[in-house]
Amino acid sequence: MAEGNETVHERLSSEYSAGFVTDIESETLPPGLDENTVRQISAKKDEPGWMADWRLTAYRRWRTMRPPRWAHVEFPPIDFQAISYFSAPRGDRPRSLEEVDPEILRTYEKLGIPLHEQEALAGVERPSVAVDAVFDSVSVATTFRETLREAGVIFCPIADAMREHPDLVRKYLGSVVPRADNFYAALNSAVFSDGSFVYVPKNTRCPMELSTYFRINAQNTGQFERTLIIADEGAYVSYLEGCTAPMRDENQLHAAVVELVALDDAEIKYSTVQNWFPGDAEGRGGIYNFVTKRGACLGARSKISWTQVETGSAITWKYPSVVLRGHGSTGEFYSVALTNNRQQADTGTKMLHIGRDTKSTIISKGISAGQSQNSYRGRVRMNPAAEGARNYTQCDSLLIGDRCGAHTFPFIESRIPSAVVEHEATTSKVNDDQLFLCRQRGIDPEKAISMIVNGFCKEVFRQLPMEFAVEAGKLLEVSLEGAVG
Amino acid sequence: MLEITDLRARAVGKPILKGIDLAVRPGEVHAIMGPNGSGKSTLANALAGRADVEVTSGDMRLEGASLIGLEPEARAHLGLFLAFQYPVEIPGVSNMEFLKAAVDSRDAALEREAMSAASFVKSAREAAERLQLTPEFLRRGVNAGFSGGEKKRNEILQMLLLEPKLAVLDETDSGLDIDALRTVAKGINAFASETNAVLLITHYQRLLDHIEPDFVHVLLDGRIVETGDKSLARKLEADGYARLA
Repeated sequence: MAEGNETVHERLSSEYSAGFVTDIESETLPPGLDENTVRQISAKKDEPGWMADWRLTAYRRWRTMRPPRWAHVEFPPIDFQAISYFSAPRGDRPRSLEEVDPEILRTYEKLGIPLHEQEALAGVERPSVAVDAVFDSVSVATTFRETLREAGVIFCPIADAMREHPDLVRKYLGSVVPRADNFYAALNSAVFSDGSFVYVPKNTRCPMELSTYFRINAQNTGQFERTLIIADEGAYVSYLEGCTAPMRDENQLHAAVVELVALDDAEIKYSTVQNWFPGDAEGRGGIYNFVTKRGACLGARSKISWTQVETGSAITWKYPSVVLRGHGSTGEFYSVALTNNRQQADTGTKMLHIGRDTKSTIISKGISAGQSQNSYRGRVRMNPAAEGARNYTQCDSLLIGDRCGAHTFPFIESRIPSAVVEHEATTSKVNDDQLFLCRQRGIDPEKAISMIVNGFCKEVFRQLPMEFAVEAGKLLEVSLEGAVG
Repeated sequence: MLEITDLRARAVGKPILKGIDLAVRPGEVHAIMGPNGSGKSTLANALAGRADVEVTSGDMRLEGASLIGLEPEARAHLGLFLAFQYPVEIPGVSNMEFLKAAVDSRDAALEREAMSAASFVKSAREAAERLQLTPEFLRRGVNAGFSGGEKKRNEILQMLLLEPKLAVLDETDSGLDIDALRTVAKGINAFASETNAVLLITHYQRLLDHIEPDFVHVLLDGRIVETGDKSLARKLEADGYARLA
């Protein structure tokens, strides 16, 4: 049935709609990285002295480290001296939305990200979302800061937080992902330029969804953002993250670090729709998405839930994890990773059970099409004190066509007999018979494939906040769509 | 309704259909019988436009429009329906969602007004009930974990909702117990009308005990070697196909 598969491949050539470039003047540091670069970044951000030292320590550790090689991905070595580590729109940092360069506002408008508070407030049917917009290396706008402040919630660029809330930042920055955790985390710790900071006070339910939208625009620039979210006792917050980049022939590096901290009875729900430029059909260009995301359930009965929909990036190396320290805490990981053309993804999670009666759930859906390679990598560890801990893992792969690969690398370590670990895995194919059934019923092949793939991802989409679920469904459709029509 | 003239087709590189002539008028039920390997399923797949069946010459016309070279979905929009011998599973896509997508695609292609969700759900439930399928059945994934009988009833359900002009039923009776066979036959009889036509492809005559065909054709080695009324089916059952070889 080679012919049938050809039709599958034809339908999969995708169009990347976020691939435009915004023409603005930028202030960019020349390529290269040394201690001076680190000091310059810290100075540009007007950071307190302790922060410059923190970065320099990270830089020195990074110099001694090697990039990880264990992932199931292939790419030529990255020349870290050829990358520029800071790029920002020229001019003073805008203090309000009115001061933001209209070109930048138009960029977010084109991407469908609401940066206007008034509009969002007027739209009754749509619940408000507060947005922190990060353009290249800096945050250009954060909406609804006032509304949130009234509720006691701090939502601001992390650079502001260092000045305005130094105690919180000093206490928690690097507490979940230590500076020398891994090569890319160390690099991020040295050069990170912006990102979001969230603090939700005790017994507070954050009144709206928070989100950060990352946009890489400048050429030859890496994006290294840092997100820190702290939910105090009994607090709840739902946070969304989106990302896009222009289509460029060269690869660009995105090495972010996200740290989540949940105290007693707190809950953090973190959702990502990742749509970095995946490169073209021949595998030219695209983002290297090398990201460290980790949450710490420090408090008893706390909960951290990661949901990710990964459709972009040339290479994805990402394992949002949860350290389950508090008694009775819960970690969740829901993931859809779709790779097409020559994309490579090595993604999964770690659930480290330390406290007793901790629970974790892992639902991973990998979809491979074209000549892509898609790997799930997971680690579930039950420490000796994790009495009564439970994990359930379900790991499903869907193959479209016969030139792609799906791989599963689950690692399970249990050091306590009372812990229960369950693992289920399936691999299936969108086959010609399914496609023919749909077409015989009058459904065109593109619609058929997107329906089959969406059906496969249903359990994960259910976890996303509603607007995001719709966006994710559309994104899958676009990522799978042919150039026709 | 359907006119097939000197149809020749290859499957997996081998000539299978070697000159088929067949005319089906509105309101008629035709049965095509034949032993394994005679080309019955290839004929069904040639009509529906499966990529692995290559039509080498001849023509197939549905209400005057040639099917040759048309995409499978375009044939479906013209009113051709194929009930599969082995219906595939599509896990995660609910039966209801699948049926709605099919009906919407048809309506869009025919420039008809789209059916409202409420009236669609109503007609889907009615059709399911006629086939003794519970509403819960509509929420399950397409054929996912269905028994053999449920899968076949699901094919008939799709047929009832899509209201095709020509329904080709490929071995719909295979794998059914007697009760399921009766239910399926009832569904087919309810469907058949003066404005549509049914082509029953079957190995055995037991389905024909429940659905009375106007014509019975015997397919042997890619050709129709004999045509008669329903008594021919009984004769075949008694004597086997060997007599005709």
